[in-house]
Amino acid sequence: MELHVAGENALILYLGKETSPAVSARVQAAAGAAEIALGEDLIDLVPSYASLLVIYDALRTDHLSVGRRLRESMATLDAPATGEGRTVTLPVYYDPEVGADLEPLAQSKGLSVDEVIALHSGCEYRVYAIGFAPGFAYLGEVDERIAAPRLATPRQRVPRGAVAIADRQTAIYPAPSPGGWNLIGRCPVRMFDPGAEPPMPVAVGDRVRFEAIGRARFLALGGEV
Amino acid sequence: MSLRVTQPGVLSLLQDRGRFGRHRLGLTNGGPLDPTAFSWNNRLLQNPPGATCIEISFGGLQLEATAETYICLTGARMSLTVNGSERPGWEVLRVGEGDSIALGFAESGCRAYLGVAGGFDIAPSFGSTATVAREHVGGLRGEKLQAGDELPCRPVTRHRRLYLPEPQRPRYHDSATLRVIPGYQERHFSRLQQRRLYSHTYRVSQQSDRMGYRLEGPAIECGIEGILSEGICHGAIQVPPDGQPIVLLNDRQTIGGYPKIGSALSLDCAQLAQLGPGASVYFTPISQHTAHNALHLAAHYIDATNLAERAG
Repeated sequence: MELHVAGENALILYLGKETSPAVSARVQAAAGAAEIALGEDLIDLVPSYASLLVIYDALRTDHLSVGRRLRESMATLDAPATGEGRTVTLPVYYDPEVGADLEPLAQSKGLSVDEVIALHSGCEYRVYAIGFAPGFAYLGEVDERIAAPRLATPRQRVPRGAVAIADRQTAIYPAPSPGGWNLIGRCPVRMFDPGAEPPMPVAVGDRVRFEAIGRARFLALGGEV
Repeated sequence: MSLRVTQPGVLSLLQDRGRFGRHRLGLTNGGPLDPTAFSWNNRLLQNPPGATCIEISFGGLQLEATAETYICLTGARMSLTVNGSERPGWEVLRVGEGDSIALGFAESGCRAYLGVAGGFDIAPSFGSTATVAREHVGGLRGEKLQAGDELPCRPVTRHRRLYLPEPQRPRYHDSATLRVIPGYQERHFSRLQQRRLYSHTYRVSQQSDRMGYRLEGPAIECGIEGILSEGICHGAIQVPPDGQPIVLLNDRQTIGGYPKIGSALSLDCAQLAQLGPGASVYFTPISQHTAHNALHLAAHYIDATNLAERAG
């Protein structure tokens, strides 16, 4: 574990150097421990792949006290199990109709479209981080056989629900936005709904499975093409 | 009652002190780019410290009052007229039913704050009224103000007419010095690269907005290209591969994968956000102790300064 200064009221904890379920589980455990250790002095936390940004109230406490409390709580942190957190299944309509890059991706990888779908929906992902936009969850890791770099020219508008791949990460666009990821399908479940409680179906540390569905089911679940 | 928007100006946003504790949903802070001018506004109006104001970037906002209340303008210098007659900033002013309130364009600084007695009565989303247009969250519809918008507030017929005397008001210059707390990937920037940042003049580029201020100047090289995406705090100074630093502000993304050399003090980010394209920016490193003390002194200054009062 390493602890570094981030800003006038922020320290950042590094809990590993690579993307792995074990490191991610440590980040999750550290986030829970930091909440307990800092209590009312805590303003916000940003858990990510291998780090935890801790933002505190500098008018109530200081970097020395926060650093000491974080070190103490990390020293007693148990090795967390990677299997904790929920498993959430999200339905995806994989089709060129809603996944403009599905066929080109299959072609460039020497696979059939069905093989790409089977590889994408055939494994369990972990939510490593949430950011870029509200509800945008970075899921990893995508099978190497379908990992693809971002587009050279990002699209002006990617629709809400678009399921996409960038390198070994996959994600569902929570709202229409510009984007450079490879689009392979669409999910009818809203990833960010300000009116819902909770507003997101997943949190950092959860595991996600994709279930391939047909057009009729996609539309019945509220999906739009 | 309300203040009705007749002309929204360039970019006028409802803001409270910001949205906190929601980074895990990917929600950023929003809030006033110049919290100093924002805090003075609420202090002059004797509002709760985080009451909702309008942040006016560059000017041009026009409003009509639908009942009697009291308003106050702080921050960037912009002309303020009520029914066509010039009125002062940094002072609580009475407006009556049907009065039209008009702001000109910024003459020094570029962010002004217009508050009302009791604050605007806006329903919070995710615990805050702060408008972040990129996220479609906060304000009236998650967007900047538009003509016809009604900004609810309460009618007030008596109020202390406090003002901040001229010598105590913040000054807005055409340059800013950012005190930097070295941190994050600091150790991956060589001593030479650090010296380059701290000894040259940078300029505010055209691509500067509420997310961040992009600066132009001698390129800073980092020993590593990218990092695993990690949390970005307010004021973080990100150095992308082109070596041109970006100071990340209120509407920044919450995580990112570019190396950062440290973070600028929020008090100085407030000054930075008052600058327009072409203005000069300097960096100077400070310790976290010094930063901590500066924050306490600044908070105390706003709380403890004696305000003056007009009769009647």
